[in-house]
Amino acid sequence: MLRSSFTALRYRPEVVPRRLLRRPEEDLLSGTGAPQARPGDPTPDVGTGSSDSRVVLDADQIARACARMAHQILEANRGAKDLVLMGIPTRGVALAHRLATVMDEVESVKVPVGALDVTMYRDDLRRQPTRPVGHTHLPVEIDGSTVVLVDDVLYSGRTVRAALDALGDLGRPRAVQLAVLIDRGHRELPIHADHVGKYIPTRTGEHVSVRLAEIDGVNQVSIEPGDPFRGGT
Amino acid sequence: MRHLLSAADLDRTQITEIFDLAEEMSLVQGRPVKKLPALRGRTVVNLFFEDSTRTRSSFEIAGKWLSADVINISAKGSSVSKGESLRDTVLTVAAMGVDALVIRHHASGAPWQASHWIDAHVLNAGDGTHEHPTQALLDGFTIRRHLRRSAPDLVDFEGKTVAIVGDITHSRVARSNVLLLSTLGAQVTLVAPPTLLPPGVDSWPVLACTDLDEVLPHADIVMMLRVQRERMSGGYFPTPREYTIGYGLTRPRLEAMKSGAAICHPGPMNRGLEISADAADAANSLILDQVAAGVSVRMSVLYELLGGAE
Repeated sequence: MLRSSFTALRYRPEVVPRRLLRRPEEDLLSGTGAPQARPGDPTPDVGTGSSDSRVVLDADQIARACARMAHQILEANRGAKDLVLMGIPTRGVALAHRLATVMDEVESVKVPVGALDVTMYRDDLRRQPTRPVGHTHLPVEIDGSTVVLVDDVLYSGRTVRAALDALGDLGRPRAVQLAVLIDRGHRELPIHADHVGKYIPTRTGEHVSVRLAEIDGVNQVSIEPGDPFRGGT
Repeated sequence: MRHLLSAADLDRTQITEIFDLAEEMSLVQGRPVKKLPALRGRTVVNLFFEDSTRTRSSFEIAGKWLSADVINISAKGSSVSKGESLRDTVLTVAAMGVDALVIRHHASGAPWQASHWIDAHVLNAGDGTHEHPTQALLDGFTIRRHLRRSAPDLVDFEGKTVAIVGDITHSRVARSNVLLLSTLGAQVTLVAPPTLLPPGVDSWPVLACTDLDEVLPHADIVMMLRVQRERMSGGYFPTPREYTIGYGLTRPRLEAMKSGAAICHPGPMNRGLEISADAADAANSLILDQVAAGVSVRMSVLYELLGGAE
């Protein structure tokens, strides 16, 4: 078990540097380090089994993060002029609507909200069975406007890369910004977010689960251990 | 789904998925860049042994809008006219490394046969008097759009009646539509002169009737089939004029239709024979919507077959 876990990590080159940097935490989290734990070590309050998950944001914290991001977006763009929020289905769209609601409350501006499905632009289409395609909706012409892409989790950056390609086929915005509720690290492409709800350090094997009331009936962000061979969201 | 050979290959969930995706695909037509990268690097060959305008060109546009490379091969001007067999032609084309083969052939079952010879995906674009599944899909899609105008939440065709009128015996469109529409829950009623109702029709999931005027007031959709020119002298009906009197969608019949009912025709139309100009151009005619749906539905089907891992 110990051996196979190490092999799995060694064969993912992108993990190695982080693993070396964060070895003590890694051992506690993975459960495989348990035999090495010294007496007096604090009991980790995080999941040690394969079925445990830990909550990192509750409903209030999500609401505060959204409110702050909405303010930041307005501040960075000196208001809401020519601003368009484009959510990436499914939860990005719900978040985009929340940001627009906050913007309406604080500045009484109606910022157009759209949906940008990126399925057809993904670079991993051939790696799995045919993926279902979501809905794309353009609320206004985006030529010359500032488009804020909104997604729930920023991870490898591949979804955002696909979104930039998809956006390019719909028009030519003056600028594109990225707002995400969770930045969990492990970028595989030169992409960074302009507006972040919360940075959450994770390991590659973990799965960050964002649940929003509009879709899941509950507002909560949690980290689930997941399968170490599979990347999370 | 590996091949699309028959409308019977599809269950209700798959059909609904294809329709939902076709709705998304139809938005591409209104965009500045009419292209999606989903099938980049894939090759689709249209192998047509029979004449076709709309089916072939809509498959070609569908493939190109999804960024696939599309090649058209027709029997005329190919080695088929030198006597090459279907098997050799199919194997030759497949040997070039194509990912999907769209086949139209005058022999029923030719695409099914081809699907056993090669590894590529095979799409039936009309085989003899057997089936034409993508036509049935685009008809079903057009009908769903029409019905959703008055009932936006409609998911299936339960409780709806579709009358298919004309030469049922020789119609692959009718066969595919019977399968597809009844899978979706519609009550399909076939209307034809007794000579043009196929033997064994009682085993189909349909009602059959020889009197159009009896069916017309109850149908939500009236689908007229083309009278194929070669049948006119085949002894199936006395004269084209008598056919029109018995089974043509004439102006008086237009008025006898249920309110809110719509007209479909797979084309090409014989105006004045099975359908009058009044009916073809009526406000409740969906004929041009059907043509427009052709590209979206075929994009959807190509994506379903070729969009994922092999």
